[in-house]
Amino acid sequence: MSPAILQVDVIIPTQTRYLDLIGSIGERIAKELDSYSGDREALAYHLNLVLTEATANAIKHAQDNEAKNTVRICIHIEDRQLTIKVYDHGQGFNLEAVAKPDFDHPKENGMGLFFIRTLMDSVTYTQQADGNVLEIIKYL
Amino acid sequence: MNFKLEQINGCQVLSILDERIDAHNSADLKAELLQLIEQHGGAIVVQLEQVRFIDSSGLGALLSGHKQAVAKSGKLVLVKIQQPVLAMFEITRLNRVFEIYADLDEASAAQT
Repeated sequence: MSPAILQVDVIIPTQTRYLDLIGSIGERIAKELDSYSGDREALAYHLNLVLTEATANAIKHAQDNEAKNTVRICIHIEDRQLTIKVYDHGQGFNLEAVAKPDFDHPKENGMGLFFIRTLMDSVTYTQQADGNVLEIIKYL
Repeated sequence: MNFKLEQINGCQVLSILDERIDAHNSADLKAELLQLIEQHGGAIVVQLEQVRFIDSSGLGALLSGHKQAVAKSGKLVLVKIQQPVLAMFEITRLNRVFEIYADLDEASAAQT
């Protein structure tokens, strides 16, 4: 029987070498969800991708602030809702201002948030005095 | 990032030997492709058989190579893409930008 609550809380240095670790945690969690009736392999890839993109984004933003050179990633599953929170200490950005990619004139950048928005159910970014949090929700 | 470079039927064939392309190694891929295109021009084939995961920065590195190849009157062709990776090209519509073939034989046949 699946546990009612599953939570994984990880803090990593702001280095891209840890992206594989974070993505792999998401992939493994997808494979452990007993009650999930959808395409488990697809979910595993999507969680790997979304965690990789969100963490890479936080690492990129955090580089202007060397004093707090860590990123915290929290994955919480409860009542068929998976919530990912990625905390960064950077300048932050305006999520609403990030445009959808122009498919007729594709660019090298800007596809990361598009993946998160497309593959997940809700994305919000909150800027606070002690740091920013990107919150991603997926209904299972 | 680990690569294998071969010359097959007049094409430079770059096989990516890592399972994962993300923001940690995509800059290496981008640099390798730009160098190859600069040195050889013509057709560059990227073989993705070993790759089981790609993120937006990996797609961006391949797109950069594609644009550079076209600017040099060449082309960048992708072969042997695993289905979950191909799905990322489909979501971003990049499957319409790249020439994608099942394998080298099919890629060669399409060039003649």
